[in-house]
Amino acid sequence: MTLFDSDKHINLKPQQRQVGYLFQNYALFPNMTVKQNILCGLHWEKNRTAKENAYAEAVRLFGLEGLEKHKPAQLSGGQQQRVALARILVNRPKLLMLDEPFSALDTHLRMRLQMEMLDVLKNYGGPVLMVTHSRDEAYHMCDHIAVMNQGRLQQSRPTKELFADPQTVPAAVLTGCKNIAPAEKAGEHLLKVPSWGVTLETALPIPEKVTHVGIRAHYFGAKVPQNRFPVALASQMEEPFEWVLEFRYAEQEGKSGNLWWRIPKDKRPAQMPPELGVAPVNVLPLSAE
Amino acid sequence: MLFGFDLSTVDLYPLLNSLRIAAIASILIFFLGILCAYYVAKLPRWLKGVLDVILTLPMVLPPTVCGYFLLMLVGLRQPLGRWLNTFGIRFVMTWYGGVLAAVVVAFPLMYRTARGAFEAFDKTLAYSGQTLGLSNTYIFWRVRMPACKPGILAGFVLAFARALGEYGATSMLIGYIAGRTATISTTVYQLYQTNDSRAMFWVLINLVISTVVLLAVNLLENRQKKAVKA
Repeated sequence: MTLFDSDKHINLKPQQRQVGYLFQNYALFPNMTVKQNILCGLHWEKNRTAKENAYAEAVRLFGLEGLEKHKPAQLSGGQQQRVALARILVNRPKLLMLDEPFSALDTHLRMRLQMEMLDVLKNYGGPVLMVTHSRDEAYHMCDHIAVMNQGRLQQSRPTKELFADPQTVPAAVLTGCKNIAPAEKAGEHLLKVPSWGVTLETALPIPEKVTHVGIRAHYFGAKVPQNRFPVALASQMEEPFEWVLEFRYAEQEGKSGNLWWRIPKDKRPAQMPPELGVAPVNVLPLSAE
Repeated sequence: MLFGFDLSTVDLYPLLNSLRIAAIASILIFFLGILCAYYVAKLPRWLKGVLDVILTLPMVLPPTVCGYFLLMLVGLRQPLGRWLNTFGIRFVMTWYGGVLAAVVVAFPLMYRTARGAFEAFDKTLAYSGQTLGLSNTYIFWRVRMPACKPGILAGFVLAFARALGEYGATSMLIGYIAGRTATISTTVYQLYQTNDSRAMFWVLINLVISTVVLLAVNLLENRQKKAVKA
């Protein structure tokens, strides 16, 4: 069923679309109790008993016992999100859309709510569309990721596949790839990176339209035998459990930016190694689009 | 002889007349104000600006100027006034002419406060109601109006207080006829002009009513805040 098509002049009213939408601020009605809010999602059910049963089922499923007479302002962020989801799911939408559902939360709460939501969504059979800026969130929650760039859909692929081989520069950036530079094809499995002054061996076959190379910051190693080149430490930044070391290749062009190497604290060598390598499987050929 | 005059000689007609005019006017303003506020808030920006000026003008114009315009409109020598008179409707020198004057002068208070409340309303509430399949009518009465209640209530009470104290446009349109068009404010002026000490009685009545009204607003707003929080 088409909900919107500007060419064919189709634009269904929100009421007719049957799309559940979880707003960033949850949009619970502040003047109503938890029960009244959820019953708003059950307005389509005319049978009294069926309505009460569906409501009781939702309360049990979303763990809202004891909160039924509370107003939204009395609930914690997590409870509000559960009520909002309950209200949407009792409405039986054909599609569920989540608009950055965790962006307003602190890191600790975010993790817990992601777990909770995964649990709750198991009982919902339909497709769920989630908008997010967080790479980690997308990885935890979604088994399929679509990459939008400048308002256009670029790729839509299974999550693990997209992270293993992002294929395009925007997808590489979105999946958190820190080292990206222009590159040229130099062979079936060879990529020349002029600005870094190196030529890298890849495991993936290099497509004709390749324009860039990407290497994730975690994948450099002092003991990796392939793609080894002399490096020099530029600066370093300490994180709680990792070091971020910025380095430059010996032959690197002056105006190109430093590269990032992320390494767990207990793995960091005492001295900056004179050479760093990267396995061919971790050298990602990328195209601009 | 508390105020230097005999209370039993005070004619209470102005009190009843003022209350009657203010009550009818503020009820009319209540619906008119909400209607205008709701639709003006939805209009494109330029049209909103123009209508906003026109609808707010009576608040900043001297009430006598409003009275002048009203006389130009419904005066007995004007086309509209003459036409209405053939049905026996006369806004000049009648108590319900006072209602017309009060509506025009007090309307902007209701309109502006209600519009402020509507504009502050979190639109995602309406959107989420729509995605749940709730009708726009349901959303208006059960979500938007309760959320805007404090603002709308405050506007209503302010409009009532303003209507009760209206003097300028009222005196121009309906003058002062004891026992027929006399209101509290026109009576104060009339009694003061004739050096009648009973003016003081009406001043005190006015003070008492205004104080009670404002206390009521504060009480209602506090209750509303608690209802949302508790």
